Amino acid sequence: MDVLSHLHRQIADFTASLHREGFLDEQFTQLQKLRDESTPDFVNEVVSLFFEDCEKLVTNMARALESQTVDFKQVDSSVHQLKGSSSSIGATKIKNICIAFRTYCEAKNREGCVRCLQEVDHERVLLKNKLQTLFRLEQQFVTAGGSIPALQ
Amino acid sequence: MKMVGEILRRGSSEEVGVSNGSEQLHVLAVDDSLVDRKVIERLLKISSCKVTAVESGTRALQYLGLDGGKSPAGLNALKINLIMTDYSMPGMTGYELLKKIKGSSTFREVPVVIMSSENILARIDRCLEEGAEEFIVKPVKLSDVKRVMDFVVSGEGEEKGKRRVHKRRMEGGGVFSLPSQTLALPASLSHKSDEFSETSPSLTRFLSKRPRIPSRD
Repeated sequence: MDVLSHLHRQIADFTASLHREGFLDEQFTQLQKLRDESTPDFVNEVVSLFFEDCEKLVTNMARALESQTVDFKQVDSSVHQLKGSSSSIGATKIKNICIAFRTYCEAKNREGCVRCLQEVDHERVLLKNKLQTLFRLEQQFVTAGGSIPALQ
Repeated sequence: MKMVGEILRRGSSEEVGVSNGSEQLHVLAVDDSLVDRKVIERLLKISSCKVTAVESGTRALQYLGLDGGKSPAGLNALKINLIMTDYSMPGMTGYELLKKIKGSSTFREVPVVIMSSENILARIDRCLEEGAEEFIVKPVKLSDVKRVMDFVVSGEGEEKGKRRVHKRRMEGGGVFSLPSQTLALPASLSHKSDEFSETSPSLTRFLSKRPRIPSRD
């Protein structure tokens, strides 16, 4: 198998595993379809924005949960934002944790919130690594002469 | 729900968004989420639209010249063909923005679409009653945008005043029209609108206008 076909297969297999393991859902595939030759980095860019946003929100939530009197409305607002953006890029696991997270906010349950926040951060790191691997493979594919439409 | 779309089937997607061959549709997108702004911008550009994306209802009003006379609408703002706004935004919600737009003589005819990650019937009703053309449950997909484009391109001057069916999305990812999902409509709907008196007024109004049950997408 030549280099291009090999890389193509690797990318397909890896992407399939990310879906199978629940890291990504259909929305991610939707975003990938929005790429073309003139916008090959679209998904990478959106994903970068997501992780920047995610890290900022996690920091805010951690700070809010550390204070003497927790402002659960504020935490909930951050969770709502994170739920929205994770849903928009197809980050299923993070989105699902946010759903549970919101019920803990509503119940003003600090421990439950802290647990959810830890889970969110854990999944954030995992997903970031997985997507970095995917983008690296795609970059190799393009460098080897592959075209973006072939990846769709 | 493809009624309008079917009537308007125009072949290639490149045709959508170009009303008279020379002008692109200009869309104002409003969303406080940077991620969502980037996505909606791309969805609209792929659909051959010109996009102005702003982060809040306040900015949107400024752009449209509706911010209490502080600045008039620019030439570009006057050419806006469609406004797509998120519902939950800090400061001014999409609903409040919708009301301001519908209260303006300059922009009240511009279709407004509301997007929300939350699938709340009362919210949907409220928005449709206030004049929103459609309520899209996030995450927004290309098919959602294409459907809106179909409506805007055909709707100007013709379909005005008819409410579009909005979509509800099941947890499992299915997409279907609101009436058939929540009301389990029998075939003989047209003369039974009084059976559904416990539904919201907007839905009953909608039902009595459309005796044919919309089919699932």
